Amino acid sequence: MKLNSQIIQNIRADFPILEEKIYGKPLIYFDNGATTQKPFCVLQKIEYAYKHLNANIHRGVHFLSQQATEAHEDARNVVAHFLGAEKREEVVFTRGTTEAINLIAFSFGEAFCSENDEIVISVMEHHSNIVPWQMLCERKKMKLRVIPMNEKGELQLDAFRRLLNENTKLVSVTHVSNVMGTVNPVDEIIRISHEMNVPVLIDGAQAVPHIPVNVRELDADFYVFSGHKIYGPTGIGVLYGKEKWLNALPPYQGGGEMIENVSFEKTTYNVLPFKFEAGTPDYIGSTALAEALRYVGDIGIEKIAAYEHELTTYAVEQLSAVEGIRFIGTATEKSAVISFLVGNIHPYDIGILLDKLGIAVRTGHHCAQPLIDSLEIPGTVRASFSFYNTKEEIDVFVAALKRVVAMLI
Amino acid sequence: MLSISQIQDEIIDEFSQFDDWMDKYALLIDLGNSLVPIDDKYKVPQNVIEGCQSRVWLTAELDGDRRIIYQAESDAILVKGIVALLLRVFSGRTPDEILNADLYFVEKIGLREHLSPTRSNGLLSMIKQIKLYALAFKSKMG
Repeated sequence: MKLNSQIIQNIRADFPILEEKIYGKPLIYFDNGATTQKPFCVLQKIEYAYKHLNANIHRGVHFLSQQATEAHEDARNVVAHFLGAEKREEVVFTRGTTEAINLIAFSFGEAFCSENDEIVISVMEHHSNIVPWQMLCERKKMKLRVIPMNEKGELQLDAFRRLLNENTKLVSVTHVSNVMGTVNPVDEIIRISHEMNVPVLIDGAQAVPHIPVNVRELDADFYVFSGHKIYGPTGIGVLYGKEKWLNALPPYQGGGEMIENVSFEKTTYNVLPFKFEAGTPDYIGSTALAEALRYVGDIGIEKIAAYEHELTTYAVEQLSAVEGIRFIGTATEKSAVISFLVGNIHPYDIGILLDKLGIAVRTGHHCAQPLIDSLEIPGTVRASFSFYNTKEEIDVFVAALKRVVAMLI
Repeated sequence: MLSISQIQDEIIDEFSQFDDWMDKYALLIDLGNSLVPIDDKYKVPQNVIEGCQSRVWLTAELDGDRRIIYQAESDAILVKGIVALLLRVFSGRTPDEILNADLYFVEKIGLREHLSPTRSNGLLSMIKQIKLYALAFKSKMG
């Protein structure tokens, strides 16, 4: 059964923050691309974990340590299942997408890159998928290549093919654009790259909360995402990597957990995935993330995708009635993100006034400055939806936007 | 001529007639719209204060009475409105007056959020820059 309004009302009741009033008005939260709200089950899991199974993991022989270790390792199973990974060892917990990309940029760079090699990214990347590669390029005197897009905000695969050459070491692109919501043809990109034996990293931060993802079907070499964007806690994220690649990479950070044997002469490293989890892992975070993934799984990611698509289509229709509106990113394949500008009004002004009406949207360059600069705009107003949002909220939002625009024009 | 504090009190008084944020922001928009645009020759990279959200241009020169004349602008109208108020408070003052001034009107009229570092609209840096200009002119004057 598809997500009807009764089911959505029940889902909304799972999210306590949706009861909040902002300046006396009901909160309308359309900034889900930045972070999502947390359901009771996740909040309860965090409290439960601290109350009943808190002990440092992997090393303790005592009961609680065993329990905490089991919870953390069970979370790994949940993530592996969620992503369709072949093996649980292919799932490494990180602090988030940013750390996962930095890990690969460092470790892959150390193992496989040298002067004049090239990394390919796209014009619509978040700074997290630009800066780590720039740092690598600077360190190793390499080149960064950028896949361009068309006026609808879709990557140009012909140009991409031409960028690949014998110096290309890795392709790193986002699955879904955080600014425009474009769903990139990552399966195509992976297939094309593999023809040249080039591995591919997919930034899934904006994808996993909204569309079904299966890393094995995609044949992705690395796939990364953040817990907090998929209803989990902040500070926990995931790096999926094919076993053959992760085994071939040196550790990113040194410390506890990641070692097998330490002496002052020589240290040997632990096996996967522990080799990449230096220090005490965020086992509370991983446990709560697993709960969030179960929650999403119980609703059903296909149903979520269908409902959010319906919401987004409705929002575009309603917003089109706003005079002077211009949508940024009109790709055929789009996720639950709408970026727009109205006339010559600065996005900041719209964001501030909408906030006064209780509506949370994002404004600015959305940490994708090169994309915004390439479009020659000062930024955008971005509304990004979740399955707990409703058409009624969109109606309130559109009415508020009209009011705000009338003030500003 | 009114002192910096007196001008701030005057602004607070003007804003105090509005209970509703909507009216307050409408006034801010009016102020922004009536701000004299900065001359294009000053819209150069060295005068820009980049915020994450919006940008502010600021330039300063000394007039014959050793008072600092500031000119400023922003690409966002609400920021421009606050810029207009800041210019009303600081422009045409001596470096000493500016350096000794205690800026309190923004908070009093309920617009403090616009000076929050997290807003990153260029205003906070603009205020710092206003003071830095005053310091520079003061040391130049000896």
